[in-house]
Amino acid sequence: MSAPLAAPPAVSADPGPVEQLRILLSRIGAMCLVELQKLRRDQSELITRAIQPALWLLIFGETFTRIHAIPTGSIPYLDYLAPGILAQSALFISIFYGIQIIWERDAGVLAKLLVTPTPRAALVAGKAFAAGLRALVQALMVLVLSAILGVGLTTNPLRLLGMVVIVILGSAFFCCFSIVIAGIVLSRDRLMGIGQAITMPLFFGSNALYPVDLMPGWLKVLSHINPLSYQVDALRGLLIGTPANLGLDFGVLVGATALAIGVASALLGRLAR
Amino acid sequence: MSATETDREAGPEPAVRCTGLHHSFGTTKAVDGVDLEIVPGEIFGLLGPNGAGKTTTIRMITTLLPLEAGAITVFGVDVTRRRMAVRRLIGYVPQQLSADGALTGRENVSLFARLFDVPRSRRADEVHRALDLVGLTGEAERPVGGYSGGMIRRLELAQALVSSPRLLVLDEPTVGLDPVARSAVWDRITEIRARTGMTVLVTTHYMDEAEQYCDRVALMHSGRIRALGTPAELEAELGPDSTLDDVFRSMTGDALQSETGGMRNVRATRRTARRLG
Repeated sequence: MSAPLAAPPAVSADPGPVEQLRILLSRIGAMCLVELQKLRRDQSELITRAIQPALWLLIFGETFTRIHAIPTGSIPYLDYLAPGILAQSALFISIFYGIQIIWERDAGVLAKLLVTPTPRAALVAGKAFAAGLRALVQALMVLVLSAILGVGLTTNPLRLLGMVVIVILGSAFFCCFSIVIAGIVLSRDRLMGIGQAITMPLFFGSNALYPVDLMPGWLKVLSHINPLSYQVDALRGLLIGTPANLGLDFGVLVGATALAIGVASALLGRLAR
Repeated sequence: MSATETDREAGPEPAVRCTGLHHSFGTTKAVDGVDLEIVPGEIFGLLGPNGAGKTTTIRMITTLLPLEAGAITVFGVDVTRRRMAVRRLIGYVPQQLSADGALTGRENVSLFARLFDVPRSRRADEVHRALDLVGLTGEAERPVGGYSGGMIRRLELAQALVSSPRLLVLDEPTVGLDPVARSAVWDRITEIRARTGMTVLVTTHYMDEAEQYCDRVALMHSGRIRALGTPAELEAELGPDSTLDDVFRSMTGDALQSETGGMRNVRATRRTARRLG
């Protein structure tokens, strides 16, 4: 028989700002670790999820590179497309995280997590950055495939580090966006429907496949309020060296993620009731 | 003996004190004026059929639901004003089987050690002790997807125990389990209480379990507490050879059989049954 458990906790004081930051980082670390543990045990999802971006690059990318239908200046279309497909694969992973939250609600996991001493914002941030980590592993597979297809990717470690940050931020935003929708619709079926309805417009309404200049005016407006466009712009600038507004891209993604974490946290309690 | 009298004998600070609790879902009054005190160190059973208000009460005590009216303290700490401090005192096992099937037993418990800020230097030891306490050390490295329902329930107890809580809250811990697994789960609960002196608040609609394992019980029906005391006291009040089941029938008029709860309860029970295979 084991030794008894540790002494029970005394009633603790409320945490100050430094302690709250430590809790936030600790929870993000805990959630990311769980994500890595799951990925280590079952890599089949990574393979199956890699099929779609591979097909986009191989079929759409190769074909449109040959027919020169989309003007991308001196850059081959496949090179132009690769960062867009990288962002797309990260988007497709994170946009359905809300379904996981609804599953966790139904399985009692969410209630159990909410009864731990974890502020809701830290819980949402933990989930969001865990989604980012999973998307990053997926992004690495797209990068390897792009390199095999001859895309002229950067080898500058700082730029690659910048890509890591942008992929994680973008995925964190779309994960929280998905949790926000989950917090509003409260049901898996409705979320599936809405997720499918908005994913393609988000993708096609961004600069992932073609330059914004080619779009009609109304679509340009949509593209400018679509965080995916800022993610793609930053990835394209970092990975293949096209002109990019990195400061604005980073600022928009940080701001959008912070806002989404706040709104998703506010709606988390509604999911648990 | 009333709860207040028992409390006075045990000390001034109850483990849980609920005063004038009310909670409604739309026009349905789920909890309708609950006053309750739980003595430190006891196993307290909240009994009643589906829809009696047990889970809603538990969810208010565990900070999951905001209080519409009334007050709750856990070891003197106000649930509304100091939610984080209350959560550090509580280990919670929800009604559904909620362990992560993609992780191993040890990984499941380690996650909760991290979420409760068990210091890194003690974490591995605490996880090992919690697993040992529920008899799962030998299975700790296996993915939980291959565990039986009873083993998952014991693992969830380990998750709740790894932070050494002062109050263990179990919502229908044996629902969907076979009789052997049910008694194994209860054996662990009583053993943990005996070894740690932990207070245990448990909801169940199995009267036989409450009779056998709970020190005191409250019988809930339609959002209200209809009777409160030790199982022996309540049975003696009704008459010789009475069981808790009889007491409950006399209080509620056969509600245990006739009430099946709402769609949500049925769905939750079915989901649990599916996960148990």
